[in-house]
Amino acid sequence: MAAIPQRKLTAGQRKSQRGTEESPFVKWTLITVALLFALVFLLLPLVNVFAQAFAKGTTVYWEALKHPNTLSAMKLTLLVTAVCVPLNALFGLAAAWAITKFEFRGKSLLVTLIDLPFSVSPVVAGLMFVVLFGLQGYFGEWLADRNLKIIFAVPGIVLATLFVTFPFVARELIPIMQAAGSDQEQSALTLGANGWQTFWHVTLPSVKLGLLYGIILCIARCVGEFGAVSVVSGHITGKTDTVPLHVEKLYNEYQGAAAFAVASILALGALLTLGVKTWLEWREQRLEELAQQAEAEVVDA
Amino acid sequence: MAEKRFRVLPGFGLTMGFTLFYLSVLVLVPIAGLFLRTFSLSWADFWRLATTERALAAYQLTFGASLAAALINAVFGTLLAWVLVRYDFPGRRLIDALVDFPFALPTAVAGLTLANLFAANGWLGQFLVPLGIKGAFTPLGVVIALTFVGMPFVVRTLQPVLEGLDRDVEEAAATLGAGRLRTFVSVIAPTLLPPVLTGFALSFARAIGEYGSIVFISGNLPKQTEIAPYLIVVRLEEYDYAGAMTLAVVLLIISFVLLGLVNLTEQWANRFTR
Repeated sequence: MAAIPQRKLTAGQRKSQRGTEESPFVKWTLITVALLFALVFLLLPLVNVFAQAFAKGTTVYWEALKHPNTLSAMKLTLLVTAVCVPLNALFGLAAAWAITKFEFRGKSLLVTLIDLPFSVSPVVAGLMFVVLFGLQGYFGEWLADRNLKIIFAVPGIVLATLFVTFPFVARELIPIMQAAGSDQEQSALTLGANGWQTFWHVTLPSVKLGLLYGIILCIARCVGEFGAVSVVSGHITGKTDTVPLHVEKLYNEYQGAAAFAVASILALGALLTLGVKTWLEWREQRLEELAQQAEAEVVDA
Repeated sequence: MAEKRFRVLPGFGLTMGFTLFYLSVLVLVPIAGLFLRTFSLSWADFWRLATTERALAAYQLTFGASLAAALINAVFGTLLAWVLVRYDFPGRRLIDALVDFPFALPTAVAGLTLANLFAANGWLGQFLVPLGIKGAFTPLGVVIALTFVGMPFVVRTLQPVLEGLDRDVEEAAATLGAGRLRTFVSVIAPTLLPPVLTGFALSFARAIGEYGSIVFISGNLPKQTEIAPYLIVVRLEEYDYAGAMTLAVVLLIISFVLLGLVNLTEQWANRFTR
């Protein structure tokens, strides 16, 4: 499969392809309209976050970030992320292993069920846990008798976040492991490796980029989740406010600059996510190119 | 294929067991719990709660705005994907990387910044509001927020298809005397239709459940700019659990039907690629 690289055509070759290209006028009109759309819906919202965050000066900015309520919201968000991401990553690895290395009935149903949380509104997701663990819920009385609090407390926030970020790692890993097949694992086993060794030394290295990508998406969503967490948190300042909830509270209290200051930290996180994602994609592309080059050299020799 | 049946690899019991346990505890039990609780209501009660005037207005806004946003994304997302794949221009790589920004940005921040941009004194609002285009605290604001959160779906579904498009077919069309427009309409567009539809459906499905970005920009006025997920939160805050659960079940059923439709569209699309 030697794909012809389209971008490496010389100017002369390009001209000879005129039949398959738009006239410059059409081309630049399309580019202009597309860029205007991208400007309004991508670039301006991003730049505006930082502009508004610093609109009242750097002192207000730092005051907002240093405020104890902001710091406690950050701590809570980090805690929730630190609990949810490893659990969902573990689940993703287990589910991908079971689904891609074995044949069983109901496999496609299982894959659909794993994707289910993506199609549930975050608010509905939060409500589900209220129905289970809230005061009037199935386990409400049982929990109240034992003085345990899930809803309007940290465990509820963790559960709601786990639900909305449930599919991220699994859905990245399943296609990669499906494509890789299980020949390498079988060879490792034939050579005397045990199951864990095979997993650690053969499977994990080959899926590490996909795993990392899934984990990054999972972190981004854990940090940014709003709807589901909003329903179960109870909005107790300094206790059950995550960073996005804190942003909302500041905004509702007419502290616009402070809200934007805290939001700018979240926006920085989003930019970081994009940066790592772009780097991962670039690396993968580069590896593929190297592999193709090596293959070509072998064929030449 | 045959050797797979012998299950040479270990760990099926462990991984499958954990997968099913985790899936049940976190996803299946909560969903079942919601449905069971709601179905303990009588049908008459359910219907009454699901079709209050305020609820109907909320569904109407949710669906209308989601549809409008998905349509905008289908048109401009397709255009953006085309421009990113086909043309070279300054800033192409930056825009390409930024397309995922709505996925990465917390929805609350998206709502905050969009509300500010389109407010009367915002960067865009100061020009648009005098023209009568009010983006903040109106149904239009809901459409704007939903366009933002749904945009990557269309672009990212379309991009790989555009990249994989065989230029030879276009050349053949050109050789046979077709103009560029004719080639686009009869050769390119049919291949693009399935991924555009998939992207449209994904964007629409995402918009139906969206909450975080909208609460900031819409103003949440009952019967005017109040979306269905927000009404659920209102009912919950009024301790009206039956009302909240009824609306949630209606939304859930709609989401599942949409999910089914998305899968059908994808299957239909795959039939063409094979």
